[in-house]
Amino acid sequence: MSKKSREYLINRRDNQYEVVIGLEVHAQVLSESKLFSTSATKFGAEPNTQVSLVDAAFPGMLPVINEFCVKQAIKTGIGLNAKINKRSVFDRKNYFYADLPQGYQISQFKDPIVGEGKVIIDLPDGHKEVGIERLHLEQDAGKSIHDLDPQNTFVDLNRSGVALMEIVSKPDLRSPDEVSIYIKKLRSIMRYLGTCDGNMQEGSLRADVNVSVREKGSKEFGTRCEIKNVNSIKFMQMAIEYEANRQVDLIEEGKTIDQETRLFDIKKNETRSMRSKEDAHDYRYFPDPDLLPLQISDEFVNKLKSEIPELPDDKKKRFINEFKLSAYEATILVSDIEIAKYFEEVVAKMGKNKDIKLAVNWITGELFAVLNSKNLEITQSPVSAKNLAILVNLIKNGTISGKIAKTVFELMLKNDEDPQKIVEENDLKQQSNPKALEELIDKIINNNREKAIEYKQGKEKLFGFFVGQAMKASGGKANPQLINEILKKKL
Amino acid sequence: MSDITKQSLTELVESIKNKKLSSSEVTKAFIERSEKSKVLNAFITEDFTSALDKAKKFDQKPNLDLKLPGIPMAVKDLFCTKNVKTTAGSKILNNFVPTYESTVTENIWSEGAILLGKLNCDEFAMGSSNETSFFGNVQNPIDKNLVPGGSSGGSASAVAGQLTPITIGTDTGGSIRQPASFTGTVGLKPTYGSCSRYGIVAFASSLDQAGPMAQNVKDCALLQEVISSFDAKDSTSINFKRSHYSKDLTNNIKGKKIGIPKEYRVDGMPKEIEDLWQKGIEYVRNCGAEIINISLPHTSYALPTYYIVAPAEASSNLARYDGVKYGYRANGENLIDMYEKTRSEGFGVEVQRRIMIGTYVLSSGYYDAYYLKAQKVRRLIKNDFDEAYKKVDAILTPSTPSSAFKIGEKTNDPVSMYLNDIFTVPVNLAGLPGISIPAGHDAKGYPLGLQIIGKAFDEQNILNIAFAIEEKINFKNKITDWWIK
Repeated sequence: MSKKSREYLINRRDNQYEVVIGLEVHAQVLSESKLFSTSATKFGAEPNTQVSLVDAAFPGMLPVINEFCVKQAIKTGIGLNAKINKRSVFDRKNYFYADLPQGYQISQFKDPIVGEGKVIIDLPDGHKEVGIERLHLEQDAGKSIHDLDPQNTFVDLNRSGVALMEIVSKPDLRSPDEVSIYIKKLRSIMRYLGTCDGNMQEGSLRADVNVSVREKGSKEFGTRCEIKNVNSIKFMQMAIEYEANRQVDLIEEGKTIDQETRLFDIKKNETRSMRSKEDAHDYRYFPDPDLLPLQISDEFVNKLKSEIPELPDDKKKRFINEFKLSAYEATILVSDIEIAKYFEEVVAKMGKNKDIKLAVNWITGELFAVLNSKNLEITQSPVSAKNLAILVNLIKNGTISGKIAKTVFELMLKNDEDPQKIVEENDLKQQSNPKALEELIDKIINNNREKAIEYKQGKEKLFGFFVGQAMKASGGKANPQLINEILKKKL
Repeated sequence: MSDITKQSLTELVESIKNKKLSSSEVTKAFIERSEKSKVLNAFITEDFTSALDKAKKFDQKPNLDLKLPGIPMAVKDLFCTKNVKTTAGSKILNNFVPTYESTVTENIWSEGAILLGKLNCDEFAMGSSNETSFFGNVQNPIDKNLVPGGSSGGSASAVAGQLTPITIGTDTGGSIRQPASFTGTVGLKPTYGSCSRYGIVAFASSLDQAGPMAQNVKDCALLQEVISSFDAKDSTSINFKRSHYSKDLTNNIKGKKIGIPKEYRVDGMPKEIEDLWQKGIEYVRNCGAEIINISLPHTSYALPTYYIVAPAEASSNLARYDGVKYGYRANGENLIDMYEKTRSEGFGVEVQRRIMIGTYVLSSGYYDAYYLKAQKVRRLIKNDFDEAYKKVDAILTPSTPSSAFKIGEKTNDPVSMYLNDIFTVPVNLAGLPGISIPAGHDAKGYPLGLQIIGKAFDEQNILNIAFAIEEKINFKNKITDWWIK
């Protein structure tokens, strides 16, 4: 497929439009306590049970930076191949809202902790580099609950003060699919690093999506609209698709696009204006006088660098080189750190005489199918890596056939039982004794004399019939290769 | 009993340690005098019953190794005190009872002192006369209808009027030193980062600093020793080696170089102030110190700089008083309406003025011209001091450009009110320690103060200089107890 054909373009009459997308991803820092207080951050706790005096902005309360969150942000910066800024500043972003107890959010405006970096994404036709503009640390706000009472809004401050990393990409993305791949890659990197669990259902990862369109070939950017706070990849894709088409329609009608903030309505599958540029808040950013600038030394960064695990790009390279996997297989296996871990454990447990290709096929085939159908993560896999390794080895050394292996695998799903044991207890061992098989085949040929003659006269299709009979007679346990050989000889 | 309240802190500590007096006797004496002194309106909240209980408990099992054994003490109502209402002088916090204690007051109680009550102050410490308090004016014990200064007006009045042996205030632009000067008392603003801001209702975070207010320098040194501590709960708290300020106090300042900044000779300064300054210079010289003329070229920009930086921070610091979580709440049609009504009704005029100034100078389009420019000038002001301190050990100036004024005299002229802080504000902007000590009287018999400004973390040095000239000045406050019938 040529590169051109993969381009995501919107066609109207004779015009072709390209979509330009930049993302501001809000990733919750994986940390037991909040950015400036010691309150817990556990998801799903009773409302207002994880709130300190600092989080609720009581008079005289002061923020104290959580060093662990700073480390997490730096690690993420390293994972994004980004510049770690030795000096960064916390600013106050001032606005009033009921779930913002301080009346300002502590964020980083002019001097973020992490500067420019890049993420490589794998596309069907090659790689693409997505530029990272910056990463900064900021506090999350609380949650306003409007639907518990017709008159009142309730406020839950459990999230208030939770550490977020805002990761701002350059406007380098060109299609909903690229956005999906980028988000997944970002999520994967952070999960490898242990800096964000990437759980979109729990709101650990959400994004503001900036969308603009321009005529294909144009170098100028169009006017962009920002779609706020989209919390699933699917919704991001739907929102982009809707928004890009909306903008193209405006251009085609000779109208202009207003720079504005929009909301995505998941029920109606459309974006709606939230506020125009004129109505934009004046956040009156200024350096938070309660906090000193963050000064980060080279030693500090180097120490963290030394703690960085192998990241997906490097792991993929290694899988290709060390295990002779295809780029496609390697990409799938490294996409999630837990999958990679599982795979590597299978490889390790297979011992010396191993068939890695076969293991990969079993993981990405049978195992993934089961996980998908049962909606499980690989960490919840009903079959342990150890037992899957044994199963693959049983196939590899001829103890069971691939077909029998599927039966064994089904049985393993119940209690993650040792496949060796299953094979023995159910007498599923492959019959590879040539003598016994010869006897079995002789019997079949004797019972089907006429068909044997027809075969010899040239009706080659009948070979399959004999194989089937032999397998049936052996209860499926006969070694198919041997059956083939013996049949060829005897017929 | 009546002369118990006349004793200095140091004397009272001695008396309790020598068992000449019990904590209960001392506490009772101050409470009785306070009961007779309601006219001064120094207290917002009295905690007398509880104070007597604590005193009794102390006497049952006195720990005489403490620095403030059983000493009763009222504090400015800007310090959060556990289970005791803390208002910051504002209607918006009129019902607010903290569940926590400020670090500074915690330090005081852990040295054996006993809370008498919470002292009046300008609303959110914004004022120079204590006239912006929701709880009414405070009378200066010096004369009827005279302001005690501000914002720690209740604190100054209470110390001068002997309602408390000693107290703490906060100083953002002069709020300890100016009222000390107006009431003939001693007030120290420590180096920024010396005393924790944890649990102090914030006005302007980069300038706020708690400090002691006392009848004399020695008492002041003792309290500074108690309240100054490194506190991990305040990110701007500084971990430096703190002196034993009272133990190390000496009147030997021979050879110290004292700078006299020519820029503090401002236009229209009364001759009395000029004379006082000259007298101060003589005293210092008599103590064996050397006088050196210096220049602090950016002094005249300090006040406008302060009135950008402080309101900017305040506008943000006070955003939390929104009626949602605690404090005063007005009913509204919707969220915005509730905000508007709560804040219009809950904040007084001066606070609203400063919130508006602060919001303005931080607004997009004005930020660079005001806030950013002010920060740059602030740096230049600090540089002036750094330059001067290459030549001198401390700087001597008047504390205020005038003595105390009458209640109501300046309420309709905010700028003339702001000018009160002209000599004190540069010290806050530079984060330096400064002490005001009473040094004489004007023609009306009102006290006048001199200010000694030190290098950062050099509180000991300015306390020593103040201690030395205090002896020479031999100031006597003219308190007639006019308010006690």
